[in-house]
Amino acid sequence: MSARLDQLGLAFVAILVIAAILVPVLSLAVSANSPFYLPPYLVQLLGKYLCYAILAVALDLVWGYCGILSLGHAAFFALGGYAMGMYLMRQIGTRGVYANPILPDFMVFLNWKELPVAWWGFNWFPYAMVMVVLVPGLLALAFGWFAFRSRVTGVYLSIITQAMTFALFKEFFRNDFGFGGNNGLTDFKDLLGFSLQSASTKAALFSASCIVLILAYVASRAIIGSKYGKALVAVRDAESRMRFLGYRVANYKLFVFVVSAVIAGIAGALYVPQVGIINPSEFAPGNSIEAAIWVAVGGRGTLIGAAIGAIAVNFAKTFFTGAFPEYWLYGLGLLFVLTTLFLPRGLLGLALATREKKPSVETPAIALEEGVDA
Amino acid sequence: MTSLTARRLAAQDFARGAHLGVLRTLGVLALFLFSGAAARADAVDDTLAKFLDDKFPQTAAAIRELSVEAPPQAAAILEALGANRLMVDPTDHIVAYKTAAGALLNAKTGEAISDSSAAAFKKVRVNNALRSAIEGARGSLTLANPDPQKRLAAAGDVFRTHDAKALPALQTQLAKESDPRAAAALKLAQASIFATSDSASPQDRLSAIATLKERGDQDAQSLIDGIAQRATDPAVKSAAASALSAIHARLALWNVAQNLWYGVSASSVLLLAAIGLAITFGVMGVINMAHGEMVMLGAYSTYVVQALLPPWLQNWSLAFAIPLAFVVAGVVGIAIERLVIRFLYTRPLETLLATWGVSLILQQLVRSLFGANNRLVSNPPFMSGAFELGGLSITTNRLWIIVLSALVFIGLQLVLRATPFGLQMRAVTQNRRMAASMGISTARVDMLAFGLGSGVAGIAGVALSQIDNVSPNLGQSYIIDSFMVVVFGGVGNLWGTAFGALLIGLANKLLEPLIGAVQGQIVLLVFIILFIQRRPRGLFALRGRAVEA
Repeated sequence: MSARLDQLGLAFVAILVIAAILVPVLSLAVSANSPFYLPPYLVQLLGKYLCYAILAVALDLVWGYCGILSLGHAAFFALGGYAMGMYLMRQIGTRGVYANPILPDFMVFLNWKELPVAWWGFNWFPYAMVMVVLVPGLLALAFGWFAFRSRVTGVYLSIITQAMTFALFKEFFRNDFGFGGNNGLTDFKDLLGFSLQSASTKAALFSASCIVLILAYVASRAIIGSKYGKALVAVRDAESRMRFLGYRVANYKLFVFVVSAVIAGIAGALYVPQVGIINPSEFAPGNSIEAAIWVAVGGRGTLIGAAIGAIAVNFAKTFFTGAFPEYWLYGLGLLFVLTTLFLPRGLLGLALATREKKPSVETPAIALEEGVDA
Repeated sequence: MTSLTARRLAAQDFARGAHLGVLRTLGVLALFLFSGAAARADAVDDTLAKFLDDKFPQTAAAIRELSVEAPPQAAAILEALGANRLMVDPTDHIVAYKTAAGALLNAKTGEAISDSSAAAFKKVRVNNALRSAIEGARGSLTLANPDPQKRLAAAGDVFRTHDAKALPALQTQLAKESDPRAAAALKLAQASIFATSDSASPQDRLSAIATLKERGDQDAQSLIDGIAQRATDPAVKSAAASALSAIHARLALWNVAQNLWYGVSASSVLLLAAIGLAITFGVMGVINMAHGEMVMLGAYSTYVVQALLPPWLQNWSLAFAIPLAFVVAGVVGIAIERLVIRFLYTRPLETLLATWGVSLILQQLVRSLFGANNRLVSNPPFMSGAFELGGLSITTNRLWIIVLSALVFIGLQLVLRATPFGLQMRAVTQNRRMAASMGISTARVDMLAFGLGSGVAGIAGVALSQIDNVSPNLGQSYIIDSFMVVVFGGVGNLWGTAFGALLIGLANKLLEPLIGAVQGQIVLLVFIILFIQRRPRGLFALRGRAVEA
């Protein structure tokens, strides 16, 4: 299956490269009357799907290959998004409603006189980008260090990651926390001097999302393919045995958890300029769980499947919430139930299994035998 | 006859306006010379005459005088004025009031006024300031009421308004008061007047401080504070200061007690919401993300019961709602177990996802059936209102929820300890494979345990419908807190859940005044996350081979 997956991976990368070139061409160079013309809003929508796909790849890396079902990945995503949002806020400058050159509008509104320390340096793009990586990465490092060292696994880990995102959700809602409270950050004007409203910026952001998705995939693939990756999968299937064999299980988990959180943060940073807003609802516990279902639908432990799942489910969401808003939650709920019951390896797993006529192994035999949380 | 003429004269004088005050004084003086009784009747006339102008300041003066002079008809007049039923005929200088039944009576004589002359009357206007003055005046009028309960209430009114006008009536009544409770209330009312009056003597103020100190609540505190600011006498000042610090200490103590009460109340809600989860999580080791929706279904069962019951059974609605909620949530829980969860036992993480899907479906289902808006669920009479216990204010519905959660807890303990099913459940919790080897049908235990846990969640929903909004999202707001309780308390142990709920509820409410509600919750979440690092299986972990795996 792995060889087949590698071939699929090549096709996946190829499609993304083509998309990264073709979509800007169709959006910018083709006349608006042509049937091949892609209007900017569609480019933006596709770019948003790609950000979700990057998040799904990040989640698949920890869940599919290491058995850590993190229900806090939306928090890493949102933290990356906030770091980018803070840069974009500082770029507004005097064009805000209150025309304050330093303070974003919401701070003027709250009658603050000085920029909080947390906001220093965010007018400088490289610093903001470092924060996009550093903030989710450090949170994951601290959280993972505590959790993995004391061997919190399985559903317990899922619950405390959910508690983590819930705590952040509540914290970011407070005006006093200094990140825009309930309303979050919005009214962005431009990124590196390019207007976010222009079609060319949108096309460029789409291409950037394609490239980041390719990089995230290639990096994850490299981790999985290495000796380290094999050990990771072994930890997933029989954690105690790996520990008895002398592997430092906690370190393996911690590394992959931090990498995954960083990828999620970068996805969030690409997401914010494309949707134009970041607010505390991105931390909502439901978002992280929804990301898990993208991975499950596409097929966990495949990376490509996760990306495809994210795009497919979100396409369905856009379609259904527009056409039949009443029924979308039924659809999403059923998707959760039916996927876990009948498609344990997801769509891609199903496709691969039928191609190769191999019996699908639902849970590794050892895990069953030990009663280990899969 | 002379007195009659004089009275009319006086009334006309007043109708002409305040600049004739000298004449009025002369008239009154003349009347005093004739006879005391005449003077008194005449004073009522004066007072009534003030209504004729229908100007707010005059009306206010009339209200004050009525309360001080307290003529027999004063209560009826004031009530009519407050209800916009006091009428005046400015041309004939007659004041009259309409009774609630609609009859028009002369305010002075009490005689009925014929319909033909009723047309000349117009209403006396009142504004909000006057309405509160009317209330104060009526309060002091009832100070002399023969019913001690009424006197008590009236004294309470004076205490709240501390209206100095009531002082003479108050002191008259205090001198002859026989009912001890009414006497104490009157003394308090008198103290409140002394405390706010600029002209009170140091002796009055000292006695006021002593009385207020005894009461020792927030009101007393602010009144004594008032004395301390007004007094110039050093003895009064120091007495006020020492009384204030005594009350401060007392209030602080009650404040802690009140927060403890809130904490216990919050704990009982947490316990109700979490205990069902503790059962399903404990027995099967699976996370039921749809647990919150079982709570929600219980709340909607209450709504349906209240909507369907005939009015004469409404007071008993909860007696029907609790069993219905248990059955509805229990049946839905069993259906979820049979249709979804039992296929996923070896994959707990995917159970989490599947049950999340179920929760989305249930939420949308309820939204489609009942609408997205909050549904109104009323409190039965025995569960509404509040009472005071020392310095504590206790709401009845919260008290009953504590009782309910204690009953549910005891009931579940009995099921677990004293029934064969409970024994089997505990066996499966401790070691599933061994229990199966001993002939226990684990599938049946799973199903029933899930039904039981969900049913208890339904009962929690009945309780929550009494204190929270009944909406499709009701369960969502409790699910994470419930998980925290279960994880913190330890799985498979109801005492752990109870202890966890109590600790989290208390900590939450004690942190709230210090750092705010949201910050308090965040601190607790972070604490629990760190706590799980130290004790990954909770406060009261089960020991045994199965749980080590």
